[in-house]
Amino acid sequence: MLKIEDLTVEVNGKTLLRDVNLEVKKGYTNVLFGPNGAGKTALMRTIMGFSEYKIVKGHILFNEEDITGLPVDERARRGLGIMMQRPPDMSGIKLKDLVRVASKGKKNPETLAEDLGMEHFLDRDVNVGFSGGEIKRSELLQLAAQDPDLYLLDEPESGVDLVSIEQVGTTIKELLDEGLNCPGERCERGKSALIITHTGRILDYVKADRGYILCNGTVMCSGNPMKMLDEIKKKGYEECIKCRLMM
Amino acid sequence: MQTDDVDLKKRALSAANKKAAFGEDFELENYEEGSKISRPIENLQTLDVDSKKTLLQVGVVPSQEGRSGSFILLDNAVAYSSLKDKNVELTSTHKALEKYEWLKDYSWKLVQVDADKYTAKTYLEDADGYFVRVPAGKKGSMPVQTCLLLGSKKVSQTVHNIIVVEEDASLDIITGCTSKKGVEEGLHLGITEMYVKKGATLNFTMIHNWAEQIGVRPRTVINVEEGGTYISNYICLKPVRSVQAYPTVRLNGKGAVTRLNTIAIAHSGSELDLGSRAIFNAPETRAELVSRTITVGGKMIARGEMIANAKGSKGHLECKGLVIGKGSQLAIPVLEANVDDVELTHEAAVGKIAKDQVEYLMSRGISEEEAVGMIVRGFLDVGIRGIPEELKNEIENTITQTAFGM
Repeated sequence: MLKIEDLTVEVNGKTLLRDVNLEVKKGYTNVLFGPNGAGKTALMRTIMGFSEYKIVKGHILFNEEDITGLPVDERARRGLGIMMQRPPDMSGIKLKDLVRVASKGKKNPETLAEDLGMEHFLDRDVNVGFSGGEIKRSELLQLAAQDPDLYLLDEPESGVDLVSIEQVGTTIKELLDEGLNCPGERCERGKSALIITHTGRILDYVKADRGYILCNGTVMCSGNPMKMLDEIKKKGYEECIKCRLMM
Repeated sequence: MQTDDVDLKKRALSAANKKAAFGEDFELENYEEGSKISRPIENLQTLDVDSKKTLLQVGVVPSQEGRSGSFILLDNAVAYSSLKDKNVELTSTHKALEKYEWLKDYSWKLVQVDADKYTAKTYLEDADGYFVRVPAGKKGSMPVQTCLLLGSKKVSQTVHNIIVVEEDASLDIITGCTSKKGVEEGLHLGITEMYVKKGATLNFTMIHNWAEQIGVRPRTVINVEEGGTYISNYICLKPVRSVQAYPTVRLNGKGAVTRLNTIAIAHSGSELDLGSRAIFNAPETRAELVSRTITVGGKMIARGEMIANAKGSKGHLECKGLVIGKGSQLAIPVLEANVDDVELTHEAAVGKIAKDQVEYLMSRGISEEEAVGMIVRGFLDVGIRGIPEELKNEIENTITQTAFGM
């Protein structure tokens, strides 16, 4: 579904990502670990196509199509959707209106909002004065309306209190499982996801298939996400860097 | 002639060539005086399609549905006046001055005849206009609509309006200033003096919709007494040669409140010099001056001034301007405190639409053009929250028709 090949990315002349290779298969949920400043958010925003990230080398393939040069909206229309960590304040634009436009009029903003406990936010300006948890729920509400095939989720659990994390976690699970009759259908009809997580708490709700560790702008290794998380919790990322140096 | 009048005339004559403090200087001789005689309009409903459209675009409804009264000044003549609401009085300024001896204490008392050549000309021509009054304790059930219509080419229209909202009364007015289809050149000089008495409320919405070669020089002063409220929404979204206005609200009574909202678009070839001024002359008065302006190729100047002369005054001034493509934006906020214990703040920002906002919307599958449109609508919407819904729709349409190529 998503394939990243030898991707090198600059912002303002500074290299943030170097020779990144990564894949998310159809129906898979992959996780991106890494210390602060490793380039996780940059990678996710590059996949979505935000223009400040300049691709100097490599390709992004989505459903076997090279989307490296496509603008953000074209990528969204092809089935990519992002949950941002710090979305901009959209003064004057009501959440209700954005949800309606994002769903192309197919879904009812009120019903979607009810599921997320966001009914009272529909008439608010998007992100203006929202708390951490409210931003997450608003992003999920917009994604639910958009209904993408690949979810790019940037730290869904950060800045969220314990009650909200359950709501955020279950909602993400529901979105990823939408339309599935049984787990067996996952590779055929399931939604895919790439999730950035620091704490791994989101993995209490969503089953991850594969993990990647990003350090200093490049992928250090990949493997079983739960094992990786255990290792990181025990030893931190220092071990990854050492391990890579020995290769 | 009374000594008062002689004095005013003398002052006006001395200011006949006095340039205004701001804005392009118009040669008055280049424009013919607008006619003071007009064939009365019998029925707004039977006007031709174009005329009805002209009225509708500035919030003046030909069917008069949802309006308590209507008044149309065509060039310099009263062409139409009707009234349904017994709580409101609506007539021409001339007729009102004949009827009420006391009104001379309200006429040319807030706007100075010798402020500049435009006020002088309006005085010297003995301009007519609308007079609206709500007696003490009465409330206008629906808005009164008035239209100042430029009907002939290359004429100057001079207008003198007086609004009096008596104690504890309230009134909504929608004033549409516009030109007939095909009238692309002219001058509009409009004097408006408004009195908001103790505990009264006046909600004033003004929509400008002119043409490429029209110069517009409104001169407006509002007095607000104790506990009174004056709210103004000013909207100018279509091309015009030059508008220069700087309405001044004097908060003269304890606890008086005002809010002035401005939304405007400067098209290529337009110069909009739009200000709002609040003077806090009494304790615990409040003002909020908000302007949201866009240039798509024209020159936009957003002025704002707050002068605090009394303790406990509190005011906030907000000028936000977008530059889309070409054009220029100048925001000039001025705060002046002449006593202690006042709180005046301002927030000014000019620049282009933030790319991260556009791309955020695009990441939801919205095209760039659509995203810019949404942001622009949202940007302007903040400036006019609280205006009648139907006017909002008209404004939406105008914005949709404006090209905001990035």
